[in-house]
Amino acid sequence: MSTHPTAQELIEAVIGFIETRAAPQLKDRDAFLARVAVNALATVKRELALAEHAETQAATRLRDLLGEDGDGATLNRRLCERIRSGDQPADAALFEHLRLATADQVRIDQPGYSGLKALEERI
Amino acid sequence: MEPDALAAALTRLAPRLAPDGRAVARLTRLSGGASQETWAFEVETPAAPVSLILRRRPEGLQPDPERTAALAAEAALIAAAGRAGAPVPAVIHVCTPQDGIGEAYVMARVEGETLGARIVRQDAFAAVRPGLARRCGEVLAAIHAVDDPALEGLRTADARSELDRYEAIYRETGAERPVFELGFRMLRARAPVLERPVLVHGDFRNGNLIVHPQRGLAAVLDWELAHLGDPAEDLGWICVNSWRFGRHDKPVGGFGDTRDLLDGYAAAGGTPVSPERVAYWQALGSLKWGVMCLIMYRSFATGADPSVERAMIGRRASEAEIDLLPLLEAMA
Repeated sequence: MSTHPTAQELIEAVIGFIETRAAPQLKDRDAFLARVAVNALATVKRELALAEHAETQAATRLRDLLGEDGDGATLNRRLCERIRSGDQPADAALFEHLRLATADQVRIDQPGYSGLKALEERI
Repeated sequence: MEPDALAAALTRLAPRLAPDGRAVARLTRLSGGASQETWAFEVETPAAPVSLILRRRPEGLQPDPERTAALAAEAALIAAAGRAGAPVPAVIHVCTPQDGIGEAYVMARVEGETLGARIVRQDAFAAVRPGLARRCGEVLAAIHAVDDPALEGLRTADARSELDRYEAIYRETGAERPVFELGFRMLRARAPVLERPVLVHGDFRNGNLIVHPQRGLAAVLDWELAHLGDPAEDLGWICVNSWRFGRHDKPVGGFGDTRDLLDGYAAAGGTPVSPERVAYWQALGSLKWGVMCLIMYRSFATGADPSVERAMIGRRASEAEIDLLPLLEAMA
């Protein structure tokens, strides 16, 4: 049994405090910023839940795509260099990786974004 | 400039802003734009009060001449677009140093809605929504046909120079985003040649339009990015998904179809533009928006603007990527 709050629970507690106690006392720009703050915390919460798996998957795909080994950040940098220099063909394999990686990022950043739904219909 | 001092300066100017104008009331700051302030106020007269808008350059802020024109030049452009048939707010007064307001101009306040989410969703706009895309096409044709001394001195930008500008900014941020890399590479290889530069509004999108529930498109706002360029730039920009407010199925501003936009454009005398060229500029638009998100995050990261809003806008770069990808794939 857990004896101290998880990171997720701490975030939820702060979101709850802002929404039920702090935000009702704010107005105009501060009320708007309170909503943005809740969005920011919700993003952190999704990142904690989703990012590790997404990064592992991305690194696996990148090893196949590039035929190289390395950690995710290194492989991503290599991909950027190869696209920039023209060494990476803009083919189905590249688009497949970019679609999956971008969809994973938008699921963290803005899961309600209309462009995500449109892309998911094609994956 | 403090609101009280601004109100006093505007009160001194009141007789020139409205017939028998006496005093200024309800001065309210509308937006915290980075390069311009927008204020709403009323001039009291023996008859009904007159609602006006002040656009003003904040003190100490030197405009980037590469990006934005001087405010007097912007006011002249708005007036020229109005004479060419585009719906714009009437320019009432361009401020001189003697007015003590700084670089600024005063224009009429146009009735209607600017919030894009309301324009695409609220029932109040259901009657005007179906005709809005075609009307945007007609209005862009009028803007692109402006031939006026006010155009002198405007910068010229084509797809290649826009890519140069935004790629330089992207490189400076140090970001490593393969979708943007691919965007720069593919759009550079397909950059259309600018045959005949026209007046381009530069920020023609849902959010910079005043829409009236009965009269439809009532005014085009925010002319600070106007320049000479490719007519398809404006036609593509209003199709960028980031300002469709959730209505992905309505490519033009979340309220209409590309066909209607282009038909309206051609019917009003615009040189016909192919859907492919519009899609190109839509893709470049998403790429530019993505880089803008990175820049806005930069202003948070450097401490220039420590607000949570600035931080969070950096997380919208991925929205630009998800919109850009299918457009790039369609042209691959």
